[in-house]
Amino acid sequence: MSDERIYLSTDSPPTEPAALVDDFTPSLITQANHHLCPGCGEPIAIRAAMEAIEELELAQSTITVFGIGCYTAFAHNLDVEVVQALHGRAPSVATGIKRMLPDGFVMTVQGDGDMVNEGLQEVLHAAARGENITCLLLNNGVFGETGGQMTTTTTLGQRTKTSIEGRDPHQHGHPILLSDLAATMDGAAYVARCAVNNAGNVARTKRYITRAYESQMAGAGFSLVEILTMCPTGWFVDTLEGPDYLQDTLAPVHNIGELKTP
Amino acid sequence: MSDRALLEGSEAIARAAVASGCRFFTGYPMTPFTELLEHMASLLPEVDGICMNAESELEAVGMAWGAATTGHLAATGSTGQGLSLMQESLAEITNARLPLVVFNMARGQGDYFQATRGGGHGDYRHIVLAPMDVPEAVELTRLAFELASQWRTPVMVLGDYYLAHTYQAVSVPSIEGAAPEVPDWALNGSSGGSGSAKIISPLGGGVEGEEGFDLGAHYSACAAHIQEMSVGVDPLIDIGFCEDAELVVAAYGSVGKFVRYACLRLRDAGHRVGYIRPITLWPFPSQAVHDAVASAAKVAVYEQNMGQMVEDVRLATLGAVPVEFIGGPSWDHSGFGIGPDINVPDISERILEALT
Repeated sequence: MSDERIYLSTDSPPTEPAALVDDFTPSLITQANHHLCPGCGEPIAIRAAMEAIEELELAQSTITVFGIGCYTAFAHNLDVEVVQALHGRAPSVATGIKRMLPDGFVMTVQGDGDMVNEGLQEVLHAAARGENITCLLLNNGVFGETGGQMTTTTTLGQRTKTSIEGRDPHQHGHPILLSDLAATMDGAAYVARCAVNNAGNVARTKRYITRAYESQMAGAGFSLVEILTMCPTGWFVDTLEGPDYLQDTLAPVHNIGELKTP
Repeated sequence: MSDRALLEGSEAIARAAVASGCRFFTGYPMTPFTELLEHMASLLPEVDGICMNAESELEAVGMAWGAATTGHLAATGSTGQGLSLMQESLAEITNARLPLVVFNMARGQGDYFQATRGGGHGDYRHIVLAPMDVPEAVELTRLAFELASQWRTPVMVLGDYYLAHTYQAVSVPSIEGAAPEVPDWALNGSSGGSGSAKIISPLGGGVEGEEGFDLGAHYSACAAHIQEMSVGVDPLIDIGFCEDAELVVAAYGSVGKFVRYACLRLRDAGHRVGYIRPITLWPFPSQAVHDAVASAAKVAVYEQNMGQMVEDVRLATLGAVPVEFIGGPSWDHSGFGIGPDINVPDISERILEALT
């Protein structure tokens, strides 16, 4: 962490391309370097999740359960306790932890392949039980780690390696809108969907995550924050096009906003 | 303190589990495992423990996995069919070095391979204990929790319909004792923010991208641990009349008790038969089997399946003595493993046939 911060002037148009504004790394991320691709949205989401833990002073009561995806690399880079689970199974593992440590703060980090494909029943059952845990869904509408195949959240028309001409409802079925589904569960206390494709949405993401955490600490029941993340590699678009592609492809289907509040 | 009472096997095992310190149990109803889940559901709240009726076996084993990371003794189970669903997690829990007790109230004896060969993906084994009746199941349940904690690994208690549903007089395990202390490796969140927060992962520890995070090294360490268990866990076996036996009959579990009794009666009638009943199916008591049959002319293996443990008996004897399979599948209409062939006259006849 550098003590010297650079502040951009705001009283005139920029005279040079955007540069590093701040190399501050949240204290709960032990190593800022990662092997994820340039333009990936997952590190931004995980940063927001860790900052919120720090701000709510939950670091010494947190257990984070990781699923399997690109984000799994961060399981080893955090200064909070971690349990590495299998693909899809994190909500059940988190349930066992929370039942034995009811005063602890227990969350999961999963992708759309993990939570909505492989583990749909686990997350919905946890929501229906009102399990007092927080699940974070990093949704990029594609299998990133395996190189860009269709997931259940891939939107109609979206091109992937297994829907080459675009997702066709007659052949590939329709996307599952996980947060909308979870919000119908009586046991769900807080459900929200956000994105990390621009500064405003990043701020909103952190706000929603904070509300989800607060809801768990209040004992309100199940909370879910779905975060739309960029995956330029898996989408086969230029890195810089990632945020706009998210806005044009995922966001119109997976609508941003709070779907359920306590 | 404990009093003798007539208890259903499932209840005796449930009481033994709680008496051993088990504080988390989860399962999905399935015959003949169901009653174990029911008894745990009624017993665990008495000691402030948790029992969950999971929505599926996949979720049951996941919940048990999570509970185990907190250092409290956890258990789950099913029948072999349900355990098939759990295998992916059981394989990973093994690599995450977590203690867990798994009960298989099997339908018949077809699950020997599933139990003793790891059962899921990858290169691992589980300690497997096979009680022949209710009192032995009480003792082996205690042992299962001890071994699970000592070796930080899943341990299976392999029973069946007979064990789960037979009422037998046993010393009732008292559930009043305190649970063991939570071990140092367990998670409770408190190491967060310390600069070296704990991680429990089937992929090993260390920091990604830095020296120390090495999947290959972790898998090698896991394999070394399995190897260590294979020689470090005391093999258990019940042996009778082998010193001068012409024929030694091998069997395990409830079926082993029938075989043992048949051998006893045949001895009374003057036949030189002995028996061996492996109790730890992994590690298999190979040396004891080898030694017990050293002077016999033949070994006969009776299992109610197409011949599974017979392979371990052959490996233990290494061709020193002929090993004949005299068992076979036996089913009634229910398919729950209540074999009509489990009767002493039928078993005795097969033994006599092998003797001639």
